[in-house]
Amino acid sequence: MEKLKKDHQLTLSVSPHVRSEETTSRIMWSVSASLLPATVMGAYFFGPKAVLNVALCIIASILSEFLYQKGTDRKITVNDGSAFLTGLLLGLNLPPTVPFYIPIVGSVVAVVITKQLFGGLGYNVFNPALIGRAFLLISFPKLMTIWAEPTAAFIKLDAKTTATPLGILKEEGVAKLLEMFGDNSNLYLQLLSGHRAGSIGETSAIALLLGAAFLFYRGYITWHIPVSFLGTAGLMAWAFGAKGAFFAGDPIVHLLSGGMLLGAFFMATDYVTCPSVKAGQILFGAGCGFLTMLIRLKGGYPEGVMFAILIMNCFSPLIDRGFKTKVFGAKKEVKK
Amino acid sequence: MANTADTVNYLDLIKNGIIKENTIFKLALSLCPSIAVTNNLKNGVLMGVAVLFVQTMVNITISVLRKFIHPKVRLPIFMLVISGWVTIADMSMAAFVPDIYKQMGLYIQLIVAFASILARAEMFASKNKIAPSMVDGIGMGLGFLFALTVISFFRELIGKGSVWGYAIINAKPLLIMILPAGGFFAVGILMALFNWIDIRYLKKSATASH
Repeated sequence: MEKLKKDHQLTLSVSPHVRSEETTSRIMWSVSASLLPATVMGAYFFGPKAVLNVALCIIASILSEFLYQKGTDRKITVNDGSAFLTGLLLGLNLPPTVPFYIPIVGSVVAVVITKQLFGGLGYNVFNPALIGRAFLLISFPKLMTIWAEPTAAFIKLDAKTTATPLGILKEEGVAKLLEMFGDNSNLYLQLLSGHRAGSIGETSAIALLLGAAFLFYRGYITWHIPVSFLGTAGLMAWAFGAKGAFFAGDPIVHLLSGGMLLGAFFMATDYVTCPSVKAGQILFGAGCGFLTMLIRLKGGYPEGVMFAILIMNCFSPLIDRGFKTKVFGAKKEVKK
Repeated sequence: MANTADTVNYLDLIKNGIIKENTIFKLALSLCPSIAVTNNLKNGVLMGVAVLFVQTMVNITISVLRKFIHPKVRLPIFMLVISGWVTIADMSMAAFVPDIYKQMGLYIQLIVAFASILARAEMFASKNKIAPSMVDGIGMGLGFLFALTVISFFRELIGKGSVWGYAIINAKPLLIMILPAGGFFAVGILMALFNWIDIRYLKKSATASH
């Protein structure tokens, strides 16, 4: 009997039998790498203080994950890069000049409350970085809305503060925005390059698109969420963006400003918190775009990407349920 | 928990109300006031005291009347008794602490609808003698008071940096903790902490196999 086993070397294992090279940590580190251009542009425009804040977020995220898992006798999964990515995303979503304790508080909320208390990576209902930011925005409404003017001079320490393009759009209208930036083409150009006030990593559209292109190339994200997100938002901006007239708004300003691109490509596409069925992802993206524009145009906040994604996160399980594919060969349920 | 025997351990009844069947931390009942009125310690404690009073008096009343209440109409009768005592609490608070009553008057009236009070009337007071019923009411009320005190203490401390209205911490507070959203955070975290302590330290035998 013993001999037979050895001779035949039958390997028995449960499925899956074909495994991909991809691992969670590989994806996490790749996504982090794809955010590098945006981080560099943030550092270039907002100086060492911004770099320090992003670094603080990353360190605090990793540390709080490590300490929580150590304290609760769990397997320590700091190496999989998810805490690093959460910290990086949170950092890129903060205004450049926040005091040092804000990144720390935000990271602890993001990692411990949003992720670990729900059971760790894969079980969280909401995007951790966004919950961290929402917590901070509600806790420190003043500090979280001080926007430094981009200086493009790395050594200059005391930056002036100003309003974000969306803030101006909300408070004073599109005419003031054009006055500030000169003409339309200059406005688009500045929005593309990132020479504008905003969160550290959200300003440079080119850098974000570059990172997104990398993610598409590697197949880590598909078109479903970003396209439906940006498409719906653009459509709404075009239809309802202008006061007094329909279909006269400027969708490009809305798509390029605020956290729209960062949210559509890097936050809404989070594997854990978005639906896993492709058709459902389109609905999810459209919901995000719709809510974002609803908040931007009608809500109290100038920017709505964060709340839109968080609200749609709640619906992910429901959407998955609605779009669940039928099991092949299964019989139709008989109604009693 | 039907302690119908004559020898009732009163200490156990109190303990049961505070720890084993803590209204908020264990049964997760009456969460609405635990979030709505706990943004400062004063409100939290007063709400707890009001519930302690109503719970105890309802239990006594139901226990006294338990032989006269026809089982088929017991729930309306319980509700009448409860609303009677809530009205007394409500009017007394309006008379003696009008400032605080202005902030939380609605929630005092809402005590009528607390599941925990009706549940104790139905499960305990209608089956037990007066003394155990009273002690049970005190225990459950103390448990509620304890939970509200802890929650509101932390929410006021973190959200405003003060305790009972006196400033303690001279730093930027976490504003979210005194907003409704922070109430969910506070209740959730404290509930987890309470149960963790309970499992880890108060029920040692149960975790021996872990």
